Amino acid sequence: MLKTTRKNIEKEVDKIVDSYDAKITGSISILQDIQSRYNHLPKEALMRMGKRLDMPLSQVFSLATYYKAFTLKPRGKHLISVCMGTACHVRGAPKLANAIQKKLALRSGETTKDGNFTLELVNCLGACALGPLLVIDGKYYSKVDADKIDPILKIYKPASKSAKKKR
Amino acid sequence: MKRIDSISQLEKTKTALADKRDPSKTCITVCKGTGCSASGGAGVADRFITEIKKKKLAGKVSVRTTGCHGFCEQGPLVVVHPKGIFYNKVSDNDVSEILSKTVVGGEVIERLLYIDPATGKRIVYEKDVPFYKKQTRLLFGNNGKIDPTDIEDYVALGGYGSLGKALSKMAPGDIIDTVKGSGLRGRGGGGFSTGKKWASCQKAHGTEKYIICNADEGDPGAFQDRSLLEGNPHSVLEGMIIGAYAIGAREGYIYVRNEYPLAVKHIRVAIKQAGESGFIGKNILGSDFSFTIKVNRGGGAFVCGESSALFASIEGRLGEPRFKHVHATEKGLWDKPTVLNNVKTWATIPIVIDKGADWFARIGTDRSKGTMIFSLVGKINNTGLAEVPMGITLHKLIFDIGGGIPNGKRFKAVQTGGPSGGCIPEKLLDLQVDYEGLTEAGSMMGSGSFIIMDEDTCMVDIAKYFLSFTMDESCGKCTPCREGTMHMYNILKDITEGKATMEDLDTLEDLGRMIKETSLCQLGTSAPNPILSTLRYFKSEYEAHIKDKKCPTGVCRKLLQYSIDKEKCTGCTVCAKKCPVSAISGEKKKAHKIDKEICTKCGVCYEVCKFDAVKAG
Repeated sequence: MLKTTRKNIEKEVDKIVDSYDAKITGSISILQDIQSRYNHLPKEALMRMGKRLDMPLSQVFSLATYYKAFTLKPRGKHLISVCMGTACHVRGAPKLANAIQKKLALRSGETTKDGNFTLELVNCLGACALGPLLVIDGKYYSKVDADKIDPILKIYKPASKSAKKKR
Repeated sequence: MKRIDSISQLEKTKTALADKRDPSKTCITVCKGTGCSASGGAGVADRFITEIKKKKLAGKVSVRTTGCHGFCEQGPLVVVHPKGIFYNKVSDNDVSEILSKTVVGGEVIERLLYIDPATGKRIVYEKDVPFYKKQTRLLFGNNGKIDPTDIEDYVALGGYGSLGKALSKMAPGDIIDTVKGSGLRGRGGGGFSTGKKWASCQKAHGTEKYIICNADEGDPGAFQDRSLLEGNPHSVLEGMIIGAYAIGAREGYIYVRNEYPLAVKHIRVAIKQAGESGFIGKNILGSDFSFTIKVNRGGGAFVCGESSALFASIEGRLGEPRFKHVHATEKGLWDKPTVLNNVKTWATIPIVIDKGADWFARIGTDRSKGTMIFSLVGKINNTGLAEVPMGITLHKLIFDIGGGIPNGKRFKAVQTGGPSGGCIPEKLLDLQVDYEGLTEAGSMMGSGSFIIMDEDTCMVDIAKYFLSFTMDESCGKCTPCREGTMHMYNILKDITEGKATMEDLDTLEDLGRMIKETSLCQLGTSAPNPILSTLRYFKSEYEAHIKDKKCPTGVCRKLLQYSIDKEKCTGCTVCAKKCPVSAISGEKKKAHKIDKEICTKCGVCYEVCKFDAVKAG
């Protein structure tokens, strides 16, 4: 587990903020980095960021909630993105999205109870030749139809049941 | 590469690097763009490196991993130079054979060759592939020749030569005149004269000026900017540096989508290498001109592709657009004079400077000069990126280069310009593709995305799709866009569910016109285009949904009637078990029946039936 005490978080955020010269122009990038470090934007991190940039917390919060890339809730271990771009749409992305939503009993933005998967329906990942497209943790799966979902998801299933119950 | 401090040194370095690239030596290029990587290109490249070692071919054969070649449908792509033997859909397991048969034995492996669907013939050489042959690849041509993470490759091919020319032989005014004279227009879709934009920024008051590269390519179906940044990032940087010199900027930004990790990586590597080599930073190429470039990643908001929203986002604020009473060339980023251009525009600049305004202006049509990179996606055989002169006909682009529609289906429409554009029907296939041509047809150039649709595509569903996109991406600042897109979407949803009346079509048109006229930014003013254009060309389809309660293409699920074919049903009971509302009844091993009163048309029975017995129509 990551050590996520307030002090640790502040230290990490300081490092990130400093890498952008503690300038407000780096805000979005700073948020990106915090999110990739913690899988979401922890409250303590946002507070620290506001303090370091001399930005009111309300403003930090508005940035964190305006931009779609950010989430305040912890994401699951694996992030599944289903491309909903036009090219994927005409090739059957809505069907794929429906099937995955049904299979995992999730809607876009939600995380499975065991914390294993977070599902996101996203607007075009720009790999239109491969549609319908599924991306899990940065790995692209091309021309995915409903039949291919199970074997793909299996790769990311937790190893044992005891691990599953932990959360 | 060592730091270069003068123009003469640049020329020397170029010659030295070019000499090192022995054209007679075998070089295997492997496409590692996002498309090919996803279909296994990364593994293929790695395997080549290990197999070359294993087969003791090091020194005789080199491997170059390149960016996107554009022919994504056939990836992973491998080209064996110097002959240019073109292999497609290559997997790890083919690598050893390519080395032993093609490289050592000089044999061509038939199985890996591309088959031209038009003639059924196998094509050996890259230059003969119709998809490439019919293009004019000014911007894209070098993508297959250079490793984007190695600045030496770019310089060896003459890269940064235009910068050298600009700094040594041209005054800022000359550069602007050249760009103006070339007739180059903004490739982000606006189509404003690049030279005029630069001129007004150069004239603007103030010493602090900025250069911005808009790489927030959000149009669904467009990936040409991504491919350029991934495949030839230095061409974009070189354009920006020349632009900065022309208008007098010392700082530049590249605003890139975070959804493009490889593009972000390559552009960062390129900036670092360009800095070390003396193309970016203080006293560029020994002159007194200094310029730096920073990368800002987007936060996943489509509206940030709009210039004023993009400025706000770089400034660290909410990416909301503002009224443009004053042009960005006077008050842009931090209210300072700013030139913002698209990735493709910047990448065109070195070519214009190198070849001159007249040469460039000879390509294209009277009003639209040069080439444009189009993405051909959707229901098309050759999915990928094609760079062609402006003015090409839709027919040529879709059928000659794109290879037509798969599975013998009929072409129905092409959607251009992303969510801001419209659908163009079959009868306009002879239309010349340029800024004005597309606008007159009710669509627009946009970022150059071409989404091809066949007879199975429902035009009302497509309009609904785009409206759901713009509704979702509307930033909410102005009412017409925030509320209007939602109302238009709701009406479209009603139409696809058989709940609408013919009066709703008039309301749609009224709303569309109102939103077009009163929205704050381009996202809103162009949001109704997909509806207005489909109403213009495909009104009968709307009417079928409303009057007959039928979707002619069978896409709109709520308008379908599900039934079970008695002959085909084996009575396996799977559909009855899976039906969430228990609308299906019947005895085991006997034909089942759907109760239409209870059925919610979810389509589960249709999907689970293994005997093709459930009919939707």
